[in-house]
Amino acid sequence: MSEPVHTFTAEPLQWSPYLTPVRLDEATPEQLDAMKVTPSNKKVSDYVLTLAHDPESLAVRSPLFNAIMYGRDGLSRAERELGAVGASIVNRCVYCASVHAAQFNRLTERTDVIARIFADGPAAELEEHQQAIFDFAVKLSETPPAVTHKDAVALRDTGLSALEMADLVLSAAIFGWANRLMHTLGEPRRPSA
Amino acid sequence: MQTDIIERLAGIGSGSPLAEALKARAEIMRLSDASHEAVLRPKTPGGLSHALRAALAARMAAWLGNDALAAHYRALLQEAGSGQAAEDLAATVATTESLPAERRLAAIVRHVDLVTREPREATRADIEALRAAGLDEADIVRLSELAAFVNYQARVIAGFRCLQDVM
Repeated sequence: MSEPVHTFTAEPLQWSPYLTPVRLDEATPEQLDAMKVTPSNKKVSDYVLTLAHDPESLAVRSPLFNAIMYGRDGLSRAERELGAVGASIVNRCVYCASVHAAQFNRLTERTDVIARIFADGPAAELEEHQQAIFDFAVKLSETPPAVTHKDAVALRDTGLSALEMADLVLSAAIFGWANRLMHTLGEPRRPSA
Repeated sequence: MQTDIIERLAGIGSGSPLAEALKARAEIMRLSDASHEAVLRPKTPGGLSHALRAALAARMAAWLGNDALAAHYRALLQEAGSGQAAEDLAATVATTESLPAERRLAAIVRHVDLVTREPREATRADIEALRAAGLDEADIVRLSELAAFVNYQARVIAGFRCLQDVM
């Protein structure tokens, strides 16, 4: 297998678990239901098969994640991805960062923002609007969370509505969850040629 | 099942601008409560009792600087267990001032501390340490989901508290 990847990239990566994933042909009905396996959908990633060891959590976390990242109205898709990237940078989750950086690049049709974030990390200097969003996500991701009144004022002053600000909190916070699974239960590798 | 845990602990007043905005996110808040139930009081707790889960959550909430959330989990610990075992968990696990002596419990506490405070430092060796302490694959995933959830929940509360002042 290829070597683990420890530096940030927007290239596609594979995720390799430290644990033995559940075997699809040995999964219980509860596990199959949590993984959303149906006769017409039998493709399941190693990540989901690993999390299927705890089907009660997986069954609620997947719809929660999707509602936060893809729900209607509020913060734009790209800006939710920027929140996800901010958290993933702080937590050094190289896999999550690659997936959501690529989404951000696709949605905004530019690569310079992510390039700067990958080069300079949490201290990256961005355009004012993106800076307010990125900084808030970064500070919320520290332990303990370090967001202050000033950070919230910056969000408001850059024109975010109440719903958009709430969506940013949620999209950064759900990566406080996702990063703590992806980065601690396995590691990213370059796809084999 | 307890409901509106995040809204209550963030002190979001009904009719406030944030409460109004969150009406559009009712499903997210409902799923957050359901997640709390799934990791704190699962039907299949495996090798991690409800009392241990509440004690670990109280400890993580303390690392995350959230007194109200820590108090919530200490109350859940009281509900989940009584007697010497619960008192021991309260004294050695539910506070950041202490570490339990028993090997398996010490490995569990060490891991949730790492995942909460410095997840970026986690490596394969940390999972091996849990295995060496007697946790099986399922308990390792259960423990990880618990730690990851509390980190999510504490950040939603911290973020919402911060936003309320500017709305």
